[in-house]
Amino acid sequence: MAKGILYDSTMCIGCRACEKACSEHHNLAYDDGIALEEKLSAHKLTAITTHGDKFMRRLCMNCLQPTCVSVCPVAALQKTADGPVTYDASRCMGCRYCLFACPFQVPSYQWSSRLPLVKKCDMCADRVAAGQQTACAEACPTGATKFGERDDLIAEARQRIAANPGQYNQHIFGVEELGGTSVLLLAAVPVEQLGVRAGLPSTPLSLLTWNALSEIPNVVTVCCVALGGVWWITHRREEVQAAEGKEREKKS
Amino acid sequence: MIGVRRFPRLTFWQMVFFVVMAGGLYASYVRVMHGLGGATHLSDQFPWGLWIGFDVLCGVGLAAGGFTLAATVHIFNIERYKPILRPAILTAFLGYLLVILALMFDLGRPYRIWHPLVMWNPHSVMFEVGWCVTLYTTVLALEFAPVVLERFHLVRALKAMRIVLIPLVILGVILSTLHQSSLGSLYLIVPEKLYPLWYTSLMPVFFFISALCAGLAMTIFESWQSSRAFGKHLELPLISGMGRLLAVLLSVYMTARFLDLLHRGVLPLLARRRPETYLFILEIALFLVPMFLLFRRKVYSNASALYGCAVMVLLGFVANRLNVSVTGVEAGSGIAYFPKWTEIAVTLFIVALGFAIFRFAVKYLPIFEGGVPAFSKDRNIVSSVPVVSTVPGD
Repeated sequence: MAKGILYDSTMCIGCRACEKACSEHHNLAYDDGIALEEKLSAHKLTAITTHGDKFMRRLCMNCLQPTCVSVCPVAALQKTADGPVTYDASRCMGCRYCLFACPFQVPSYQWSSRLPLVKKCDMCADRVAAGQQTACAEACPTGATKFGERDDLIAEARQRIAANPGQYNQHIFGVEELGGTSVLLLAAVPVEQLGVRAGLPSTPLSLLTWNALSEIPNVVTVCCVALGGVWWITHRREEVQAAEGKEREKKS
Repeated sequence: MIGVRRFPRLTFWQMVFFVVMAGGLYASYVRVMHGLGGATHLSDQFPWGLWIGFDVLCGVGLAAGGFTLAATVHIFNIERYKPILRPAILTAFLGYLLVILALMFDLGRPYRIWHPLVMWNPHSVMFEVGWCVTLYTTVLALEFAPVVLERFHLVRALKAMRIVLIPLVILGVILSTLHQSSLGSLYLIVPEKLYPLWYTSLMPVFFFISALCAGLAMTIFESWQSSRAFGKHLELPLISGMGRLLAVLLSVYMTARFLDLLHRGVLPLLARRRPETYLFILEIALFLVPMFLLFRRKVYSNASALYGCAVMVLLGFVANRLNVSVTGVEAGSGIAYFPKWTEIAVTLFIVALGFAIFRFAVKYLPIFEGGVPAFSKDRNIVSSVPVVSTVPGD
């Protein structure tokens, strides 16, 4: 039942209607100046980037097994069953591990605020929960951004490639990367030429830290037994020496 | 407090201290009023800088002498190290308190620092770090408590402390092991960002071993410094023994690092002319040189040479932590970061605070064997503070 977004770079005309709709939905200011900023920030949760005559869209990939959700110490970030990765501002203490860990460099921080929060695209979790599509998909005039069931979107992407093999790069970004992402990317060229990080493993990054974290019970057990044992031996030796000394005194 | 003869030298350091304090306080004001954006050069692409890399990572590592010596004396029952146990515990306790202070600067919303204790996510390394900091600071406070209790002759409380001492020491060792290694685990999540000379799945292990080295080096460093500053007798046989142990630990550490690089096949990276290469060579040299030196009798039986080696190891340790947390991730983040003056001012402020509190504690608490040595020797003492001449207990 997980939803997703399919962004097709070949259909995008760079009109930035998605940016405007996104800012409106998230109560952020949007004007011509902000439109020119081609990067994500705390006041711009999605951005169209231009690469010659081609476009790419930056937004939270809403990973199926998100790195940010795994690293957040206060569980402020959550993956919902619908697909969006949401952020609970009331929990966040501002450690910024999510910013550091996200392989797509998506979460942004309100650096100029005295009491800052993290900002990121949440795939319009409130709208999706209400059965609507995301604001960006609704605003897109060409269908370059399409909202739907993730499985259906993957099938559609494959159809588009099969129908026009010359027009597309064969790889659908997001089907397997990091265990899959809710946002899928299609383009005429490999997406790394359009500023998207390539070469990501097909397993979630959270496994890397979990391998270490899952050793904690072993470390605790081994340390307890080893240190307790050493303590017992070293102090037992003392006791024995003391007892032997007394016996010797008695004899003499 | 201040001998007339040494007056000029002390005023110089006092002046440095006050300048650092003033700078730190002004930087704190900037941090509070203008937020992280106004006080740091951090950005979305580079969210962790000097405060995490130096104040937190190095602060925790340099505190490792505390649990190492506590285990040596109380678990391994090597009693002759007792004279330097208290200074080591004090260093560790101060280190952790200052790390928490640094976190108050670095966290976006410091008043929520307690959140990880209530809002759990056991899959997060940061969650583990938060718990370890909290619990181990508590353990250190308890391990340090006898010093204060002794100072105020609270005999009954002292007896109670003696009962819980061994479980407390074991708990301290476990928490430290987890904490030191978890700081390395933090960086396991960024395989695509951290330069391959440092990124390895063994980072938790390496952080732990290098922390042991730093803890020993720190203990040698502070024994030497204390002997000079407080006119205290230097326990040469003790720091000599630690120097030799340090040599062994360093060789274990260096061998493991080398084998890891070899098995991952990243040694050819050393041929690249990149800043990472030079920083890596600098870091390794700062471990290798003292390692070779410390195996020599001439070096480990000479106090000044031991001190020099300890300083090198400490610098190597700081280089390693900064390489992992700052310089090693710059290229991967696609950004050049250099700390803003406020970041440096706060860091100096915290370090100076550490030195000052250590000095203060040594003066008024029975940290070193023989009570409070500074009192008995110096007549220019504020007479309102009673001199305690207790024989230090366990």
